[in-house]
Amino acid sequence: MKKKLKAYKIKANGLHFKELNNLIKKAVNDGHNSLNIVGVIGQRYIGTGLNKKIKINIKGTAGADLGAFMDGPNIVLKGNAQDAVGNTMNSGSITVHGSASDVCGIAARSGRIFIKGNVGYRAGIHMKEYQDFKPTLIIGGEAYDFLGEYMAGGILAVLNLNSKEQYLPSTYIGTGMHGGVIYIRGNVHQSQLGQEVSSLKLDSKDEELLYPRLKEFANTFKLDFDKIIKERFIKLLPLSHRPYGRLYAY
Amino acid sequence: MLKPPYAEKDISGCAVVGIMNISGNNFGSEKIVNAIKCMRDRSNGLGGGFAAYGIYPEHKDLYAFHMMYLDTNRRYDAEDFLKKKFNIAASERIPTAKVNSISESPVLWRYFLSVENKPPLMSEEDFVVQTVIYINANIDGAFVASSGKNMGVFKGVGYPEDIARFYKLQDYEAYIWLSHGRFPTNTVGWWGGAHPFNILDWSVVHNGELSSYGTNARYLEMYGYKCELMTDTEVVAYTMDLLMRRHKLPLNLVAKVIAAPLWKEIDNLEPKERRILTRLRQTYSSLLLNGPFSFIIANQDQMIGITDRIRLRPLIYASNKDMFYISTEEAAIRTIESDLKNIKIPRGGEPVVAQLLTSDIRHQTSSSREGATN
Repeated sequence: MKKKLKAYKIKANGLHFKELNNLIKKAVNDGHNSLNIVGVIGQRYIGTGLNKKIKINIKGTAGADLGAFMDGPNIVLKGNAQDAVGNTMNSGSITVHGSASDVCGIAARSGRIFIKGNVGYRAGIHMKEYQDFKPTLIIGGEAYDFLGEYMAGGILAVLNLNSKEQYLPSTYIGTGMHGGVIYIRGNVHQSQLGQEVSSLKLDSKDEELLYPRLKEFANTFKLDFDKIIKERFIKLLPLSHRPYGRLYAY
Repeated sequence: MLKPPYAEKDISGCAVVGIMNISGNNFGSEKIVNAIKCMRDRSNGLGGGFAAYGIYPEHKDLYAFHMMYLDTNRRYDAEDFLKKKFNIAASERIPTAKVNSISESPVLWRYFLSVENKPPLMSEEDFVVQTVIYINANIDGAFVASSGKNMGVFKGVGYPEDIARFYKLQDYEAYIWLSHGRFPTNTVGWWGGAHPFNILDWSVVHNGELSSYGTNARYLEMYGYKCELMTDTEVVAYTMDLLMRRHKLPLNLVAKVIAAPLWKEIDNLEPKERRILTRLRQTYSSLLLNGPFSFIIANQDQMIGITDRIRLRPLIYASNKDMFYISTEEAAIRTIESDLKNIKIPRGGEPVVAQLLTSDIRHQTSSSREGATN
């Protein structure tokens, strides 16, 4: 099919999420590879299940499950997102220029999610990885409790860029974590951590893993990479890959 | 049919939203209806409702009873009872409109009452509570939807925006509006089981479910509250009345009762605070509300938002000048107030409070008197 260069515009005002997602699917099937969606006000599942490397620009407040199950698209949201950004996404990217609410990045399998502002509870819950498939979730601001809960894989970083406090305002960090890595710019008290993680210093391998991703994050939001890495980071790793392996086994 | 149960069990959802003008200025129902309508997909048509404060200024010192009767004979039974206890200053059918999606409804009446025949040592409020509980438990087919002053609850089976048209809410103005779109989880969808739940001035809307309902209900029964409406949220209205009006606990401590911190957290506190919280948990262990919840709770003077202690249900809040908003979803507030900069997420178990600037001391909490405190 012939590629269409001009962005296809969709006005979401007043549309039900089914109508909006049908319009998106139709536009993609018609060969548009760039969509501008304006006037979004809480519609769910935007971009769900799409498996083409298209660009989706959104203005407004995106509803729950932005980019759920998607496999390839690049979503850029000017505004805030609600719950469950990137639910079980397979590949592609989601960039949020505002903040996101709870369970951001839930069960992501790969791809990357950048949130410029803050996130609510349980960011990165049960992210996972397999061989080269590693999801990345980077949060520019703060993250609340249960960050990285039951995390099974992937790379999660919280930069805390907008706060003067060195410590994150959250507890139960990494509860149930059994895979992947969490990087936190600043520090955490032992009492803020779940039982399943320990706090460590970064080594050169961490820099290899983290810095390219942070550079991309800084470029995306026009932030100063050097300033970001000037502050110290810590990393959290799970103590066991099967923390509950013996819980029900006698 | 009007008698429960007539709905199948379904899976979870629910939407809550509350809007308050903290200067006490009344505004129409358009904002609240548009806000709850934005979250229509969270409910399934098996319950919708509104609470409105400030709607009866001409009767502001009288108890406004909103009644639901399964048929007209029930009305006669209830009115005979009310006449023995109260002076009925005015009574009328609650105005309704024909709405296609709402095929049947109970007989709906409202009464403006002053207490006449109460035992000498009993407070007026206790007398009203006793009356409400008696009607719900003993007058077959009659239910009290609300019993506060200068306020009323309008609820039923349907989507909230349809319920609003049914009750002609465009004809009312209030300074606090609460609304709920229901997606029943473990209990039936019927007119009396729709939210908000109310007793006296207290109204509650709830997203979630209370696995502690049985424990809570048995405890409340010791204080004369009987749960008759077959929905878990009923216990929250009675809990607020018991703890705040009768036991006079400040709101910050009520929050520690219903969303008690984990023992591990209590153990890490300073000795004085540890002692208070330990005693609270021991005294009110049966009023711990267990299970996922987000509530918006209102009385004449405040609107309160609170989630369970580990925030298993969403809730956000925002304010703009003297308007204060609490909602399940941000989009619901944005849809009525596009230029909002500061939308916040309350922490699990910590109440956010919008306080009426002109309120008297009656419901005053130990938290700051400013309009919007966290």
